[in-house]
Amino acid sequence: MQPSQKEARRTPGWMGIHRGHKARPLEWLAEKFIFLVSLSTILMVFLIFVFVAREALPVFFGQTDTALVSAVIPPNEMDKHSPAELQKYLELTPEQFKAMDHDTLKSLMDVKVEAQDDIPEEFRTSRDARINTTEWRYLLLPHQWDDYKKPEYIWQPVGQIKKFNIIPLLVGTLKITLIGLLFAVPLAVGAAIYVSQLARPQVREIAKPTIELLSGIPSVVVGFFALLVLATVLQKIFGYETRLNAFVAGIALGFAVIPIIFSIAEDALTSVPRAYTQAALALGASRWQTAWQIVLPAALPGVFAATVLGFGRAIGETMIVLMVCSASVMSWSIFDSARSITTTIAAEMAEAVNGGPHYRILFMLGALLFAATFISNMIGDFVIHRFKNKLEGKR
Amino acid sequence: MSEVLSPKSKVQSRHFRAEKFDFWSFFFSGLTGLATLLIIGILAVILINIIVNGWQGFTWHFVSTIPKKDFFDIKTTGVLPMIIGTTFRVLVMTIFVIPVGVITAIYLTEYAPSNSLITRIIRAAVNNLAGVPSIVFGLFGLGFFINFIGKNMDVLLHNTGAVWGQPALIWASLTLAVMTVPVVIVATEESLKAIPPGLREASLALGATKLETILKIVLPQALPGIMTGGILAVSRAAGEVAPILFTGVAYYMASLPSHLSDQFMDLGYHVFVLSTQSPNIEQTRPILYATVLVLLVLTFALNIVAIIIRSNIRRKMRSLH
Repeated sequence: MQPSQKEARRTPGWMGIHRGHKARPLEWLAEKFIFLVSLSTILMVFLIFVFVAREALPVFFGQTDTALVSAVIPPNEMDKHSPAELQKYLELTPEQFKAMDHDTLKSLMDVKVEAQDDIPEEFRTSRDARINTTEWRYLLLPHQWDDYKKPEYIWQPVGQIKKFNIIPLLVGTLKITLIGLLFAVPLAVGAAIYVSQLARPQVREIAKPTIELLSGIPSVVVGFFALLVLATVLQKIFGYETRLNAFVAGIALGFAVIPIIFSIAEDALTSVPRAYTQAALALGASRWQTAWQIVLPAALPGVFAATVLGFGRAIGETMIVLMVCSASVMSWSIFDSARSITTTIAAEMAEAVNGGPHYRILFMLGALLFAATFISNMIGDFVIHRFKNKLEGKR
Repeated sequence: MSEVLSPKSKVQSRHFRAEKFDFWSFFFSGLTGLATLLIIGILAVILINIIVNGWQGFTWHFVSTIPKKDFFDIKTTGVLPMIIGTTFRVLVMTIFVIPVGVITAIYLTEYAPSNSLITRIIRAAVNNLAGVPSIVFGLFGLGFFINFIGKNMDVLLHNTGAVWGQPALIWASLTLAVMTVPVVIVATEESLKAIPPGLREASLALGATKLETILKIVLPQALPGIMTGGILAVSRAAGEVAPILFTGVAYYMASLPSHLSDQFMDLGYHVFVLSTQSPNIEQTRPILYATVLVLLVLTFALNIVAIIIRSNIRRKMRSLH
């Protein structure tokens, strides 16, 4: 009750006019301006969501079409069809359609027929040339393509028949991310325990900023290092065939994620009240017992949040994976090449036609990525918030 | 607080060690210590590898030469246009990001009611912005700045052909500004919180208004923190490649960017191009390493400066509480 009253007294009235006080319109305007500017952060998140989703909407509503061969309406039968049907068939907007006279429409229909004649012979009879590969079942389920023996997951956005199955990309992303996290989480959390609980203050003063410095290395540089040095070293150690694979990408990704997990976990471990540690030590526990049995359990939500936020960073990392491996192979083996969602977007956006099906699907992948990181951020922040409140005794 | 307590606890732990040697304690302390060492080792290996292999190519000639289209010729290659491009895009970005970031931080620390819904939403938005993948920022830049704002600007200004509705320096900078806003906010907020409340109260008690207190007392004190935020944002942005891939970077430009609607060459992107499209990686290795070293010097030097300022602020803050 008390804080809200205090708050109310402090706020100036409309335009800074407040009974019994000097009017301060400038003060009032400044406060409103500052408030409006800070709202822009909300606007930015909103705009990112809206504009990434906007470019992807046609995929969600099934308005993209990649079918090469489509049913043709002979121009002389055009009067049998309703104007609405013709407009859809000719892919015109209502305004464009209205602006055209009968003859222009007829010539457009001739063009349509000629376009069908231009399709190479081998696709006339092909089943694949008749389907719209951007439908959800082709995006998610395996499909038996003409040249393949059994139904398969294929991402192959170039060529006459574009195959957009996103499952290989999801598997690739998951594979690389999990390897990265399996490598980074134990290391980062271990280091966080050491730095926050066990190390001498002088060591801590040096170790903490040094580890945080790792996050200052640009991801192209990490990718470059992985490509030239790490890949060769790891191949010598493990002796696998493909030099650039998901394993190398995962480890390099781990380098990028370690500082994030470390600093959040370290923060959580440090914020456990000193009374806990002192009580444990007073009862005769060793430093390690205190760290492992008292501090770590108390800080577990924070460590969990660090992992979740690290996951969010890892699935969004682009340049490292782009430089280290990029072939889209559907395989669960960690020593095969893999292609992540981010890599696909980065590598293919330049060649995708602005507004075309490929472009739309890349934006859809971006929206997917945004949603995934949004959710993991929300979970991470929520857990940390609860954890801090609990430590401070608030509920 | 920690300074008062640490000698005491040191005595305690020494006492325990003398009494009973606990193997598991020793083992796990060693293991976590090893994890710490390994991480620092990774950092050291990356840095040493790049410095050792790169310093020979890191000459004045290399830094100050405008290369021909063939980047892989050792004699004529250079990175001047990339350094200029990266500097430009980052400077334009700071013009946008610093005011927005600082003002938002001022709102969050000085004005915002501490637990109201709107404050929590703003905080959640800032955290989210910090977590959005950089490639999504690139898509956003393409979808919003180029395809929406840029194309509409061309229509309104009656431009023939695409002037603004195509990848350009300004769009890359704006995209990066959106990406680095949280960095500035967090750093500024930290330094604002480090200023003792007594200072504000004294100013208010002397009759200054809230705005005057913020402008004349709080902000000057917070300046190092704001600088840290700016430097960190600049160093983060200078190293990012993914957000500019579709919003402004060019593989090769014959001339330097002279207008906000020009495309530009970029150091980070150049590293990517060199390391993935080199015809013979063994031969071009010196050029590659030298380019990486230039990028690292640019981003890392800034980072170290920021870390030093920041640790000073943190020390000051600790002595206050």
